Amino acid sequence: MANTFQFDPVELPPECKELRKEVRAFLKQEIDAGTFSPGGGRNENAALFARKVGAKGWIGMTWPKQYGGQGRSQLERYVVTEEMLAHRAPTRHYSTADRQSGPVLLRYGQEEVKKNILPRICSGELCFCIGLSEPNSGSDVFAASTRATKTDGGWLVNGRKIWTSNAHNADYMIGLLRTSNPTPENRRHGLTQFLIAMKSPGITIRPIINLTGLHDFNEVVFDDVFVPDLHMIGEVDMAWKQASAELAYERSGPDRWLETFQSLVELVRVVGPEPSERQAEGIGREVAHLATLRRMSLSVAGMLQAGHSPAAEASVVKDLGTNFEQALPNKVRLMAPVRGDSAPDSNDDRFEQALNYTTLIAPKLTIQGGTREILRGIIARGLGLR
Amino acid sequence: MPDSIIVDTATKIFQDLCEADTVNKAEKGEWPSALWDALEESFLPLTWVPDDLGGAGAEIADGFAVLRVAGRFAAPVPIAETLLAGWLLAQARIESPRGPMTIAPVHEDGNITIGGDNKLSGRARNVPFARNAAHIAVVATQRGEHVVALVEAKGLAISPGVGLSGEPRDVVTFDGATAKAVGVAPGLDPARLTLIAAAARAQQMAGALERILDQSVQFSLDRVQFGRPIAKFQAVQQNLANLAGEVAAAGAAADGAAEAIAAHGVASDITAAEVAIAKLRVGDAAGNGAAIAHQVHGAMGFTYEHTLHHSTRRLWGWREEFGNETLWAERLGRMVAARGADALWPFVTQGS
Repeated sequence: MANTFQFDPVELPPECKELRKEVRAFLKQEIDAGTFSPGGGRNENAALFARKVGAKGWIGMTWPKQYGGQGRSQLERYVVTEEMLAHRAPTRHYSTADRQSGPVLLRYGQEEVKKNILPRICSGELCFCIGLSEPNSGSDVFAASTRATKTDGGWLVNGRKIWTSNAHNADYMIGLLRTSNPTPENRRHGLTQFLIAMKSPGITIRPIINLTGLHDFNEVVFDDVFVPDLHMIGEVDMAWKQASAELAYERSGPDRWLETFQSLVELVRVVGPEPSERQAEGIGREVAHLATLRRMSLSVAGMLQAGHSPAAEASVVKDLGTNFEQALPNKVRLMAPVRGDSAPDSNDDRFEQALNYTTLIAPKLTIQGGTREILRGIIARGLGLR
Repeated sequence: MPDSIIVDTATKIFQDLCEADTVNKAEKGEWPSALWDALEESFLPLTWVPDDLGGAGAEIADGFAVLRVAGRFAAPVPIAETLLAGWLLAQARIESPRGPMTIAPVHEDGNITIGGDNKLSGRARNVPFARNAAHIAVVATQRGEHVVALVEAKGLAISPGVGLSGEPRDVVTFDGATAKAVGVAPGLDPARLTLIAAAARAQQMAGALERILDQSVQFSLDRVQFGRPIAKFQAVQQNLANLAGEVAAAGAAADGAAEAIAAHGVASDITAAEVAIAKLRVGDAAGNGAAIAHQVHGAMGFTYEHTLHHSTRRLWGWREEFGNETLWAERLGRMVAARGADALWPFVTQGS
């Protein structure tokens, strides 16, 4: 069966069960204390929450102790991540660094930078953003043109990044910058990853409000921004070789199938213990798809733990997962009971809130972190079609 | 994890003795004796029967892994049914005879009874491979209690039928037959037999889906149109990527049910949930996956001569057996609703 992707079952070890209990207790305590609301609140303090999670040792928890990590397994990290997401905890201050930026630094960063930066990610202090997309380089990521030019002791950066989530809160960006032109043999050649301090002179951050009315996106303009040599990540011009490992981390996690889970939870609440046939069938179907995605996502965590770099498998999870989570709010909407004036709990609008929020964010889910079309191209390559 | 020697043995036997011609001939009524004899010589059909009851004494996971392979090859023999019959008999400490077996009833509302003289009465529909079986393992009621009975097929009134899969699905009338052995199996009823049988079908379906993915990829690389293999067209690539996702999901879901049965048996809420998830998810994948495989194969895949239908017809037939998607979805939905909104996430993560 040459063409079948392998998703071997993973059994979570006993320490994961203990950890899950601990995370649930922590989250309950924080919800009770009003730090955040699982229904989604606007006044939550994500930076404060990051410090609390950091104090628990749950940021960068798989990294070596010498860099502030806990040396714990990918499976333990998986448990923490899925519990945070399922409870809609405000992880945005640290999630990018924990998932992506930290592992890149750990693997390709220079020792002095690792010693300085990684422990401050683990404590929940530092917030990261990712500088990939540009006005003329979206899915075609290797067409990036924001340029880093060699200068004395470092590089001068000029150009623009766009759709940069959380740039306005970030301390650092890991940016993909052009250091040479592509070669005729390899159009991916000539890009280098850099660690860029967002407070550097010459950086301008402009908000782009998204259709939910929130400020997440930004445009980041670089005007002769100095980046020291120490902040170059990996080999010059060879970023394309480093990218695929990163994508396996980015593309298989619980965030790729849990983003709209809250709508299903609230549907179960309004439907009550005795659903109609139609509602029971609909809920059952979504739960079965969700549970299967979780198994697959967990399996990829197992592959990462074993030291593999399952790029195609991760793309399968993200493709299935984001299609699922994108379609979910509309299915939930059509399963919901009609709630007129006579509904006994009509002042409880948790369902409407969850449905409205998830309906609004749904379009982005199959775009961010690699569009559906790009993912299917990667899967097709994994099948040997291209 | 299943024993790789058992899986390799099964794969080799099917590779050697289960060719396209074997499947076609079986459909015309020719029993594939070489294939069955080889399986029996290696004790594969009795994987789930302990040593002291005449079986191979292997693990639950091994049996499910064999079924995945059998599904891949569209094996036209009652390997799943004999495994299930052996398991069923073992629950009542009844020794398994050699030869092909099947199970009855296959519906949860099955109603076969046994008198004090071990004489049976009742009828079972859609019994797989009844005409090929030497024995039938039956879940019946005796004095209001569920028992397992071993019944010789010879002498039973069997009215032949064929399922969508092309496999025998017969009506068996048990009236007047005498059981060779009867045993009490606490907690076992047609519903719990359905659980393990649904998990078995899910494995076979996951195997069949793997096969159609392989065939579709190969076909797209071989078939040239507009001057290049159709695999080079993005529209075809997107379809095949979609198929690969469905196949992967089906395999993962089927494994979930197999694991639950291995770890918790059939009298467990976790197993009930995992089987519901598996049969439903695999059933969805069967529908979506078969449609894509046929689209990729074009007119050629719609001919009897091509072997694609060996797998796709089985997928369409099997998804209906031991509960279709709707049945399991509704049941799963009721489990979720009864537990309530705040228990949904703990439900999804139970057992891990």
